[in-house]
Order: sequence, then structure tokens, then C-alpha cells
Amino acid sequence: MIREVEVMVIGGGPAGLCAAQAAASAGAHVLLCERDGVPGGQLVKQTHKFFGSERQYAGDRGIFIGQRLVQEVRENPNIELLTDATVLGMYEDGVVTVLKDDRHLKFRPKKTIVSTGAAEKFLSFPNNDLPGIYGAGAVQTLMNVGGVKPADRVVMVGAGNIGLIVSYQMLQAGVDVVSVVEAAPNIGGFLVHAAKLRRAGVPIRTGWTVKEAYGEGKLEGVILCQLDEKWQQIPGTELDVPCDTLCLAVGLTPLAELCWQAGCHMEFIRELSGHVPVTDENLMTSVEGIYAAGDVSGIEEASSAMVEGRLAGYAVAVSLGYDTENSQKEVDAARKELSELRSGPMGGKIRAGLAKVAEKRGEAVC
Amino acid sequence: MLIKDGIPTAEDLASVCPSEERLAKGPIAITECFQNIACNPCTKACPQHAISMEPDINALPKVDPDKCIGCRVCVAKCPGLAIFVVDMTYSEEKALVTIPYEFLPVPAKEQMVTGLNRSGEELGSFKVNRVTSGGKTNMTWMITLEVPKNLAMEVRNIRVGV
Repeated sequence: MIREVEVMVIGGGPAGLCAAQAAASAGAHVLLCERDGVPGGQLVKQTHKFFGSERQYAGDRGIFIGQRLVQEVRENPNIELLTDATVLGMYEDGVVTVLKDDRHLKFRPKKTIVSTGAAEKFLSFPNNDLPGIYGAGAVQTLMNVGGVKPADRVVMVGAGNIGLIVSYQMLQAGVDVVSVVEAAPNIGGFLVHAAKLRRAGVPIRTGWTVKEAYGEGKLEGVILCQLDEKWQQIPGTELDVPCDTLCLAVGLTPLAELCWQAGCHMEFIRELSGHVPVTDENLMTSVEGIYAAGDVSGIEEASSAMVEGRLAGYAVAVSLGYDTENSQKEVDAARKELSELRSGPMGGKIRAGLAKVAEKRGEAVC
Repeated sequence: MLIKDGIPTAEDLASVCPSEERLAKGPIAITECFQNIACNPCTKACPQHAISMEPDINALPKVDPDKCIGCRVCVAKCPGLAIFVVDMTYSEEKALVTIPYEFLPVPAKEQMVTGLNRSGEELGSFKVNRVTSGGKTNMTWMITLEVPKNLAMEVRNIRVGV
């Protein structure tokens, strides 16, 4: 049996929760599918305070923002929340299939918002398969969700926000963070995060990388080395650092498989960190009725993901004719917030990426 | 250099350090925030409306030395833990420095703790003058230390115990 639904939101992270709440508060009926047992996405382990403005709950800890968004969604009678529900496919006849409790469910939504988020990238170097080498997200889950001290002595690769924040959280968990290494010549994350780590005694080495890892059966140490301006390893700069854990925070890439399958116009945009669906100013993809919000359409901060979710949710409400005047106002407000969040120097990359998306959209129309 | 190693330079610090005259008048907040990021909770946090950000959310915060009374509210509110309060008028030899702190154990009043500089190097052992909670959901502690006046612009972190 195929169940008709008005709006389907795929993924219950910051973007999906805000999208569901926006569409439902305008009056639409929303089915929110979350693969995990609990909604919240990565917010469930973000123990640090968020940046941005009041409208994105700045100053609050991510974990509490997540709890608030989840509570709003649970209390909204227009939202049906399906957890442990993995969306498997989106088909050309508009059917979306979901795996839930070992059953294969079929839905036909009028509108779909894809907010599936992102996955961590990996790094290639000799022995990178040794036990003890983790993605930063896994380490953060172990610590902040599982309550497990993930390491005794760790080296972090990557000085973007994830590398810096997870390093700080490991310090809070009592882990000895030996060093943060970053291949780029400059720290990529917020400098206040870097300063926090540095004054706790953690050296940050920019222009360094992992040459190889070593250990018998498990990680026992890594050889670090310096890079020249062409990102080539400089012989003679090797440094042997004993450690039981190596943590990789070398970037995220959009989880856009469903958009591919749905036949959305996809483009590789380096600044957005991978293949992304080409969307319009309402965040609708090239397929009528399918929208994309959050990291799935380009890697950015959670603050922007929340606003994108809200934008897509209200845009869907407008297209369905729910509370159109007010919903359109909310769409405009969200657009304004996004341009404010992206207007500073740190938003340069995302602005360049979005400009390319706009260009591709033009090409597709012609 | 801050963008290379996370340590602000003397030049960075000079741009946010209050004047000698202002420091001689009483406690004041110092925003060690040197990067234009989209963030503004400090401006909303200040009960005196002493912290401004112009023209928009991406600008650096500016503390009005005439309005700031060094109340410390902003110290726990800053998501980047980048605001400190310095009081050079505490005593003849000593100044008070308030830092944000998010580690366990939280030190007790009167306890001696190790003071660290912006590179994490030890500067000596200092007495905790005051411990204030940022609240149940904020969860950042404000630790006020008694330090020799010449270290008031140096001490920016602590280590509790060994």
C-alpha cells in the first residue's frame, strides 16, 4: 500500500527539524523520517556553545538547541515523527520507500525536503586502517553520547572547526591531546577555538600532515612531517609522535545519494565540498517538489542549516497554499538571515560555491 | 601568529587592551576576539549595553570603556570563551583576572591553582578569589584569580591540581 503524505522531510538533524517545524506550523502535515533512534542529528553531541545570532540560538549549547527543536517537533500535532526509519529510495513516480521495523514502507509525498546532512572524509596514508584511527565524529559520539573516554593520548588531524572543537572536548574528557596538525598553511576553524586549545597547552602545527601510522595490531604512534607551499612532504622534517589514537577531521562531504536517485540536477562544486543538488532561491532542486536543505546542499555551519531548513519548510508551505502571506514573510526573513550569516570573510567560500550553483542553474534553464 | 598557531600577537592584543587610565579606574572587559565571524551574543549579554558591533554581526565587538563596569556577565556568554575581565584596582600589588572555565574539577574559592598564559605555559600559582557559575544551561564557570599586576595581561587559563 502506498500512503499519501503532504510533506516528507528526510533526516532529523538541525535542517530537517527546522524544516518540519516550519512547514507544520504553517498548517501542512509533515512526516519526518529519521534513520537514528533519536532525532537531533549531530546536535546530540555538540556540547559547545553555538555562534551566530539570537535567531539561531547563539550562545546556547548545541545539545540543548537540539533538545528544544526536538521538543517543538514532538509537540506539533501536524508532525508525525518516524525514528529508526531509513529512507531507501526516491523513484520517478514520486514514491519514497522507507525501511522501518524490518518493513518496507511506501509513501507518495506531495513535497519532499531532503536534509540528509553529510559524511566525514578520510585521509590516505600508510597503515590508516590500524585500530585506533577514527573520524572525529566517531570520537565525539563515543565521548558525548556514549560517555566513553575515547583515548589516552591523541593526535588530531585537521584544524577546521570540527578538529578544534573535538580536540577541546577530548581535553574536557581528560584525554591528552598531543598535537593538532593541519596541512593548510592557516587554521581553518574559528580562531577563538584555536586560542582556547592553545592556552590549554595544545600545540597547533599548520603546514604539517601525517606521513604514516605505525603499530603492531593497533595504533602505537604516527610519523608527522612538514609540507612545503606546494603541499609536498619535506624530507628530514619527520617527527615520531607516540599516541594510541589518531583522529581525522579532514572535512565533510554532502550525503546526496537520494538526490542523485531522484534525478536532481547535480554538480560538483568544490567550495560546497562535493556533489550537490542545484537548488533555486526556495531551495527547490531541479525536480519539481523536491527541496534540499542543510549540509546535503553544501557543507556549512549548523546555524545556517537551521535557517535553510526553516526557509525550505516555509517555501513548501507557500507552494501548498498554507498561510501564504505569513509563510512568504518567513521565507524572506530566512533569506535575509542567511545572507547575514554568510556576509563576513568566513562566508567567502560558501558565497563562491553558491554563486557557482546559481550559474549552473542558469545553464540548466537555457 | 594567531592564524598559524592560535596565539594572538602583541599587536592583536594592543588593539583590544584598554588604556592605562581606564584600567586605573576599575574592572573592565577585554574581548580577545580578532576574527570577523558571524556571532553577537556578547552584545545582547551586556546589561550596560557597553558592547557594540558595527555595522553588522560579522564585525568585531567593541567595548565602550565608559559604559563597561566589569560586571563579568559577558565572560560566560561569549561562545568563543574570548572575553576576560581585568581589575587593576584590587590592591597595591595584585590585580583580579576573570577567565571562562569549562573543565573539571572546578576550583574552590581560596584554592591555589596554576596560571597559564595564551600559549599554555605556566606563570605560577595563584589564589582563586571568586567562583561563579554561568548557570545550568550555560555551564561555563567564571573563575576570578588574584595575580601580580604585571601578569594581569598574561594569565588567561588555569590548571587545577597537577
